[in-house]
Amino acid sequence: MNISTEISDRNIKRRLLKDKIFTYGMISFAFLSSIPLFLILYELILKGYKQININFLFEVAPDTMDAMIAVSNHEIIPGGIANGIVGTLIIVGLASIIAIPLGIICGTYLSENAEDRFAGIVRFIVDMLQGVPSIVLGVIGYIWIVKPVTGGFSALAGSIALSIMMLPSIVRSTEETLKMIPISLKEAALSLGVPYHRVMLKVVIPTGISGILTGVMLGISRIAGETAPLMLTALGSTAIQTNITQPTSAIPLLVWEFYNDPNLVSMIWSASLLLLILILCLNLGAKAIAKKWKVQY
Amino acid sequence: MESTILAEMPITKTNKKLNVIQNSIEHIDSPVLKIDDLSVSYGGDKYSIRNVSAGIARNKITAIMGPSGCGKSTLLRAVNRMHELYPNTHNKGAVYLGDENIYKLNPIQLRRKIGMVFQRPNPFPTMSIYDNVIAGFNLNGIKLKRPEKDEIVERSLREVGLWDEVKDALHNRGTFLSGGQQQRLCIARALAYTPEIILLDEPTSALDPIATAKIEDLLVKLKKDFTIVLVTHNMSQAARISDYSMFMYLGELVEYGKTKQMFTMPKDNRTEEYLTGKIG
Amino acid sequence: MNSEKIFKYLLASSGILIVLIAVGIVATLFVGSIPSFKEYGFGFIFSSDWNPTEGRESYGALPFIIGTLMTSILALLITFPFAFSISLFLGEYFKHGKLPSFLRSVIDLLAGIPSVVYGLWGFYALRPLISELGINAQGFGIFTSSIVLAIMIIPYASSLGSEVISMVPGSLKEAAYSLGATRFEVVRNVIIPNAGSGIFAGYILALGRAIGETMAVTMLIGNSNKIPAGIFDLGNTMASLIANQFGEAEGLKYTSLVEIGLILFIITGIVNLLGKLIMKKLSA
Repeated sequence: MNISTEISDRNIKRRLLKDKIFTYGMISFAFLSSIPLFLILYELILKGYKQININFLFEVAPDTMDAMIAVSNHEIIPGGIANGIVGTLIIVGLASIIAIPLGIICGTYLSENAEDRFAGIVRFIVDMLQGVPSIVLGVIGYIWIVKPVTGGFSALAGSIALSIMMLPSIVRSTEETLKMIPISLKEAALSLGVPYHRVMLKVVIPTGISGILTGVMLGISRIAGETAPLMLTALGSTAIQTNITQPTSAIPLLVWEFYNDPNLVSMIWSASLLLLILILCLNLGAKAIAKKWKVQY
Repeated sequence: MESTILAEMPITKTNKKLNVIQNSIEHIDSPVLKIDDLSVSYGGDKYSIRNVSAGIARNKITAIMGPSGCGKSTLLRAVNRMHELYPNTHNKGAVYLGDENIYKLNPIQLRRKIGMVFQRPNPFPTMSIYDNVIAGFNLNGIKLKRPEKDEIVERSLREVGLWDEVKDALHNRGTFLSGGQQQRLCIARALAYTPEIILLDEPTSALDPIATAKIEDLLVKLKKDFTIVLVTHNMSQAARISDYSMFMYLGELVEYGKTKQMFTMPKDNRTEEYLTGKIG
Repeated sequence: MNSEKIFKYLLASSGILIVLIAVGIVATLFVGSIPSFKEYGFGFIFSSDWNPTEGRESYGALPFIIGTLMTSILALLITFPFAFSISLFLGEYFKHGKLPSFLRSVIDLLAGIPSVVYGLWGFYALRPLISELGINAQGFGIFTSSIVLAIMIIPYASSLGSEVISMVPGSLKEAAYSLGATRFEVVRNVIIPNAGSGIFAGYILALGRAIGETMAVTMLIGNSNKIPAGIFDLGNTMASLIANQFGEAEGLKYTSLVEIGLILFIITGIVNLLGKLIMKKLSA
């Protein structure tokens, strides 16, 4: 049997054309994905920048009547989102206080006992926690705190929900970072007669601090924009609230309120813009830390 | 891909060979492949191989030797333009296959005529043994009838002596084979397509001595039908199976001639130093 | 007890605490669903009634389960060509340089935008467009939500894919090139078969994200409590139903909502487990 293995010019031309079409198609699809981002940024900046001034940061959200009067007089709506800013700081801060130590300790446990069976179970559970929808955590915050502990909606309930939400990313980034640290470093410290816990606290964790902090920052940026769980827990408040057992506002909650109030609608853009800037700063901060504080080993 | 840093030196006038050294490059009559003043760079004006000229003899085994980083792999890859897979490569000079400059051909067409076998066995893990052998046809969109495929698979596997070992497992994946069997499968994959030349880049460096001996026997058998160019790290391998040998050093082709002669009476003292273990 | 031991116990107790939290979540959802389960049994999942009118109260989860699956699967289908292109672009074609790092920043930013902001954009920019195109009178519905969801999950769907694509051994690609394959043929015959299950796992995990997404969907889906007639119809998802109705809920409605939360938890759990299993099989 004589089999021709020659490739005809037509075959090659057709295949090269296919290759070209595919390449250009792929490149265009990849970059088409960036269009929504720019449309969103454009919308936020164009509609939001007017409203942002000093008052916007330091005054509480206006009530509907004031806003209606201002709108009918073609003025800028008075007031700001100070109640939301303070609320976000409190809720996210409290969530961080709960989640960061627990997350770092648990991540350390997982990296130190990599082969342990119980650690395997914990790792699996952390993975599963990562996938729990935020609204479900809102329900949990409601059932655990709102009803039995604070007897009503509260910042604490929101913080608990958000802390469970940020926990997995801290655990996993701590574990991944510590796993990368060479054993020789630990052995060097142990050979100097340093006790195990001091080796971990003074040598291993500080060496991995940039990776851990990056995970922490990303965890914070992940919860800072969350609205759904706070609707079921912190609820919102028109005044600045510093008592964590009371209903408290947050920037994303204010966006939601403004969206639902026809008179306040023009404030959604500036509030969203500010929220986005905050999250962007957290992300950039995480990247800067990862780069600057990186310990070479 | 081995390091090319050692050989990254700019082309200079002094590299234009003196007569003495020119004599150390043997002239091949009616070569199947003619490398003409070829220089290859992986970026910038640092060249990994410089001004290489040589003819490759038909139906012979040509071994390319030299220390790590001398440019032997680069030379091999430049022959079927695999070096172009790295960004920013460029080259001067030409390589003629028959009377066509390969740099004027389409790489697809070229690689169909010049097959290649790599350092580590790399059968496609997602394909069966059968599909691995026939991969050159499938990848190139050449539609064959079932009996044609069967014939090619059987012939190619027989040629590499793998047929009896795998004929009952043709539709299993190739990854369960031993390293030596995998490498023979890769040679079969290159053969199936009946190229004129087969390039082998240190094909036995990942294999044990027994598997290596099998491959060496196979190559000697195959030169009846194919021209074989082999990069090797292993001087005794070159001595055992090759008809012609090239010695490369720092990106230059230092000496090229009949293997027997080169191993007994090298013309260039750098070749001698390499063969006696003083450099390399 | 010496400090050494205390430290070790501290580490292990953090693991125990995590387990307790997880067990607590599951137990809480189960206990909270008991009254509704007693009332409706498994029929709850298959009932399409959602009637909070006093005296004629009746609750069922089917419209929301269907709405959730429709929106998230449609979102995944829409996101596929984009996410796959990004994975290939970053994992194979352009690994280094300015364009890929630009694209990486874009994806990071897309992942950082809060759900509620996506919802706003969908409401004010996308919805009018949908309504103008005559797809749906007011521009609300499953289709609108899915488009916004598709944009939101691009980062999740593409990141694992580009990772596994970049890990396809160079030797296999070289082997294919040496046989004369074009780059497209290398993608189709070498990269996709070798990285396929990893890419797929990424999509499954992205699907998990889409299923649990709340705010953007709440603002766009139309919040109709009936089984949607098609992808252009209004609908509701489990997450957005809880967001909308949990605040004022009491009695049977409250426990029904908790049970819907439980179902949502179980569905996302199964989807994520599936993704993880595929990934594990991949690394083994």
